[in-house]
Amino acid sequence: MDIPILKLSMLKKYFPYKKGSFVKAVDGVSLEIFRGETLGLVGESGSGKSTVAYTIVGMYEPTKGQILYNDQDISSLYKFRSNEIKGKIRIVFQDPNSSLNPRRTIRQILFTPLKLHKNDRYKGFPASPEALLEEVGLSSIYAYRFSRSLSGGERQLVAIAHAIATNPDLVLLDEPTSALDVSIQAKVINRLMDLQNRYKLSYLFITHDLSLMRNVAHRVAIMYLGKICEIARTKEFFEKPLHPYTQMLLSSIPVVTDEEEQLKPKKITSRGEIPSPVNIPPGCSFHLRCPFATDQCKKLDPDMKELEAHHYVRCHLY
Amino acid sequence: MNDKRCDNFGSFSDKTRRAWYRLSKNKLSVVGFVGVVVIVLAAIFAPFIAPYPTHAGKVVDFLNANQPPSLAHLCGTDPMGRDVFSRIIFALRSTLLMGVVVLSISVPFGTTMGLIAGYFQGSLIDSLITRLTDIFLAVPPLILALSVAALLKPNLMNAMLAITITWWTWYARLAYGMAVTLNREYYVRSAQLLGASWMHIIFKEMLPNCLSPILTKMTLDMGIVIMTAAALSFVGLGEQPPTPALGTMISDGAKYMPTQWWLTVFPALAIMIIVLSFNLLGDGFRDLFSTEEKQ
Repeated sequence: MDIPILKLSMLKKYFPYKKGSFVKAVDGVSLEIFRGETLGLVGESGSGKSTVAYTIVGMYEPTKGQILYNDQDISSLYKFRSNEIKGKIRIVFQDPNSSLNPRRTIRQILFTPLKLHKNDRYKGFPASPEALLEEVGLSSIYAYRFSRSLSGGERQLVAIAHAIATNPDLVLLDEPTSALDVSIQAKVINRLMDLQNRYKLSYLFITHDLSLMRNVAHRVAIMYLGKICEIARTKEFFEKPLHPYTQMLLSSIPVVTDEEEQLKPKKITSRGEIPSPVNIPPGCSFHLRCPFATDQCKKLDPDMKELEAHHYVRCHLY
Repeated sequence: MNDKRCDNFGSFSDKTRRAWYRLSKNKLSVVGFVGVVVIVLAAIFAPFIAPYPTHAGKVVDFLNANQPPSLAHLCGTDPMGRDVFSRIIFALRSTLLMGVVVLSISVPFGTTMGLIAGYFQGSLIDSLITRLTDIFLAVPPLILALSVAALLKPNLMNAMLAITITWWTWYARLAYGMAVTLNREYYVRSAQLLGASWMHIIFKEMLPNCLSPILTKMTLDMGIVIMTAAALSFVGLGEQPPTPALGTMISDGAKYMPTQWWLTVFPALAIMIIVLSFNLLGDGFRDLFSTEEKQ
């Protein structure tokens, strides 16, 4: 954990809305992802987590801020990036039904990245569609099938095989399991972790499922209205959440045993819904829903503070 | 390797058999299919089927001129004494050739143009192609084909050219609409992010997803192209005499109506049967593809 593979500094992405106003989907996100690490990016719907991923891969052009890949500025649309970078940063979309072409066989789908990125192949890396299928734990007889004859989990595994086919450094997982059955989720997650160990992959794991992060992520970042509220190592994050929003989210995870109930932070009830990203409230964007809000919160947007090593919070309380 | 048998899943012969089974459940499309097969075979083997193969050319037999339909001359004879049935069989050749050539040029060309315009939606190339198709589509196809054919020397080649020029725009428009929708699919985006070229995305990712409506439209269009071709030859802008063409035969026979009705009625009937067969088959294909989509 020395040089980050990917570094975002004050990344902003505004979408034009009705005359003069903007949807501030991502409003100043700074984070770092290190080699071999899983960073969980958690947030409610509409908090801008997917936009962060789409901007990193270049589907959107950042309005402001920088995306640094190994200290190299890649803040542009995918069209203007080198082929090498396209192969090094890959994305797995949420819905495997739409990310696999229904009219191409699995073999044809997996062959495309292999053909386009044959230069970055190193010895021992799966170099055929069949080998890639085995790599993600599917039988190679699937190669001649179409995606419609696969189950949802199998489709997502094929999508993962498609993403790792170029031997990437960083894979962005945009809610890779939320379209899947719970029993299949575990299988997909285990496979992802296997691949991470084998190829030293870094993941940006985007999800709204906090409890999943406990087992998967090395660090967790919480996003609210286009901003990061808190980043911490997973253990500290779950044991000592600092931001009121994090506490609120953690206290709302359903638990089974009393023991787990004890571990949970005190129940924090919050009012209202996530405000529209078109007119973000002044001051701290969370103050409308925060039970500890003061006058200062209404006026001044807090800065990111490093309270402990690798534990960053954006709140006036600390 | 117990699973070996699964390898055959969706293999070509298997798929054809299943497609045929579903097509055969619709009686009308079977009629269309049989009609098309008979027409195509008749056109290919015209010299063997036609009772008077030489009558397709410059033959004059005034002794047998203007005979009504009989066993010797199934559809009667024309004022030159030529067997109308034989001439119809030979006319099938140019008619089918017309349809096949026109569609096999205008469909690939139109589809490619439409996909390119749709893929580069909002760019200069999109506006160029879309405006061009708009101009063509604003004029009724028959009028446009007539004016193009009238500008050129009247022969089969130029008639084909005239219809092809008017026809590709329909496919461009169809493919354009589909490409615009497909642009939003994640597999297209995924290919873009991978660094795939526009050629790859258009021909490998988008085209296979557009094929079924295009093939359906093609079969349905075959009849309409043939009808347009007949209209061109009716006004003398198609195949030139003495080579038989259905449209020319009708217009020539019209002078002798109603006494020598067979000169007009039988070629007209032939056109009707051809168009109907292709349309019934096209309908069958449409049903076939739409059920396949649902699966």
